[in-house]
Amino acid sequence: MGYVAVKGGTDAIHNSQLLLEFYRLKDATTPLDIQQIKAQLRMAIDKVMGEGGLYTPEYAAIAIKQAEGEVFEAAFILRAFRATLQRKYYSEAINTREMFVKRKISASFREIPGGQVLGPTRDYTQRMLDTTKATETEEQMQEFLTEFLSGIDQDKLKSIGRYAKVIDLLKNEGLLQPADPNEDRILKDVTREAIRFPAPRSARLQMLCRAETGGLMSLGYASMRGFGSVHPTVGELRYGSVPVRVKDATGRERYIGKIEVTEAETISSAKTKKKNAPPFYTIGYGLCFGQNDTKAICMGILDTAMRSPDTSSPANDQEFILYHTEGIEAMGFVNHLKLPHYVTFQAGLSNTRAAIDRSTATAPKEAKQTEQLQSV
Amino acid sequence: MIENKKYAQKHNFAFIDEATKKEIRRKLLKAVAIPGYQVPYSSPEMPIARGWGTGGLHVTLAVIGKDDIFKIIDQGSDASVNACNLREFVHQMTGCQTTYDTAEATLIQTRHRITEEELTEDQIFIYQVPQPEPLRSVERYEYKTRQMHGEADYAKMWVSLYEQIVRHGDIMLGAGYPVKVNHRYVMAPSPIPRWDVPNLNNSKALHLFGAGREKRLYAVPPYTVVEPLEFDDIKFHTESFAGTECYRTNYKKAFLDELYFDDGSKHYIINDSNFLDKLDAGQEPKQHENIYINQIEA
Repeated sequence: MGYVAVKGGTDAIHNSQLLLEFYRLKDATTPLDIQQIKAQLRMAIDKVMGEGGLYTPEYAAIAIKQAEGEVFEAAFILRAFRATLQRKYYSEAINTREMFVKRKISASFREIPGGQVLGPTRDYTQRMLDTTKATETEEQMQEFLTEFLSGIDQDKLKSIGRYAKVIDLLKNEGLLQPADPNEDRILKDVTREAIRFPAPRSARLQMLCRAETGGLMSLGYASMRGFGSVHPTVGELRYGSVPVRVKDATGRERYIGKIEVTEAETISSAKTKKKNAPPFYTIGYGLCFGQNDTKAICMGILDTAMRSPDTSSPANDQEFILYHTEGIEAMGFVNHLKLPHYVTFQAGLSNTRAAIDRSTATAPKEAKQTEQLQSV
Repeated sequence: MIENKKYAQKHNFAFIDEATKKEIRRKLLKAVAIPGYQVPYSSPEMPIARGWGTGGLHVTLAVIGKDDIFKIIDQGSDASVNACNLREFVHQMTGCQTTYDTAEATLIQTRHRITEEELTEDQIFIYQVPQPEPLRSVERYEYKTRQMHGEADYAKMWVSLYEQIVRHGDIMLGAGYPVKVNHRYVMAPSPIPRWDVPNLNNSKALHLFGAGREKRLYAVPPYTVVEPLEFDDIKFHTESFAGTECYRTNYKKAFLDELYFDDGSKHYIINDSNFLDKLDAGQEPKQHENIYINQIEA
């Protein structure tokens, strides 16, 4: 092997990997159990499955363990794993009216069909550090469970039915703007095809669904704060489990299991195109794996924003939103800056030196900083 | 039975499943048929991060066969960290023989360099492309650039080159100098230095480009005209290493890296590690020939 300016090579990579494993294990604590991660790091699991684009709590738990809790990295691992799986079926569209509701709230109406169901949420917890968690014991856990479960009336549990949806109230009153017939309604699979712009809504919602929660939040927030004009009301936010079905070879629908999803329907007043046309409401839609209120709501905001042709703010711009909230691609590209770049830098350097020489030759007193173009 | 298969790490040959490989190969055929045209493709996720060569990997894994001899370089070197990492991955997924020798390889994947040694008709050269769209610096929207390519409307590009000359006295593009392929499409030749651009012209090898993050494939078939954009009065030129030479071999006709030694002194060395090794060993590897290299005194 010849001279290498940037020392690296197979040995260095191998040692780096060993060191990484050493850092994970060096304190010699008991091994993290996958079932434990799955159960107790529920929110991390949901985020990783959503951004990884694969519904699999168990593999998400393995990925989180492997990535030492880095959810970006865990989602990346899951996304790569997903790419190796054969795509055998497309499921039928899930029907969230069939949801076994664990949480549903509406900010638009004081009372909704079936009432407001807070469910498991951190919204009303005080964010005070609970130091008793440091000494939590199995006995205490068992004690809590016994007490909690004794308060559940099994008969009532069975009688829980389905709930009508809030948007139905609006729809029945004719307050909802019918979907734009000009809207591109083709169904695209973004994992099988490169996206083109303007993108059909199906592709936009799919990409938002796998997008990074933080990225969606900052753009959704920006849109509400004034860089955009979408400041919706949450019509309904639901979290619960829904059945998934696929069509078999004979065309019959087959139930294949349940997944947990969060769904948001955000209501905004729509601009009418014609002058004297009456105003309408429009629905922004968000659906993601697991429990992730923030993501679903921001999907709703951005879905509405992207349907407006106004490109004065980034949140209304499909290309801007969809390309830049793709967390796994963004992370990879940002991190590639750590790779050596001496060839491209050298190529630019010779240009810059020559330009500086030319400028000092013509105007010796003017020391100009020349711009460096395209060095990727 | 499902219990037994659980957690089993079995991968398809060359990692990607056959249906997706077939899709990539079909898109590559289209790319070859329309030189320089960017073909959208599915770009499945890889265990390697986006921006670290996934596009190159897609192409490599889609075309590699069991008998291929695989070489991979990064910034001219076989031993650069990313090259080592990707070589290891391709080797694990295919079991193919790997090599550092440019002449021996049938498939060469690269980041940012064309090898100094001349390529043959039996070789496929695969580029990792970070930014496939040559018009991106003048037009940020993809739907507009596609339209511009469709209409062969490269006016904005020419204006930007002209503006650079007015402002700085020369076209300031370093790596990734735009080229026109087969007299039709303007193409980003991946961020290879200008030094390598003339070696694409009428090359004997097939050149395939994969941009994973941007989900585009394109190609330069063998014996295809590839011309760098230039004006009648302001000509394209390559990096000048005039007055310098490789401090180990005293060779002048290769792309050189600047090295700064611990004592602060500056030296130059041949960037292409395999080419340097061959010269060091007293061999005479056959180099690419083009008018720019031929002008340099040996």
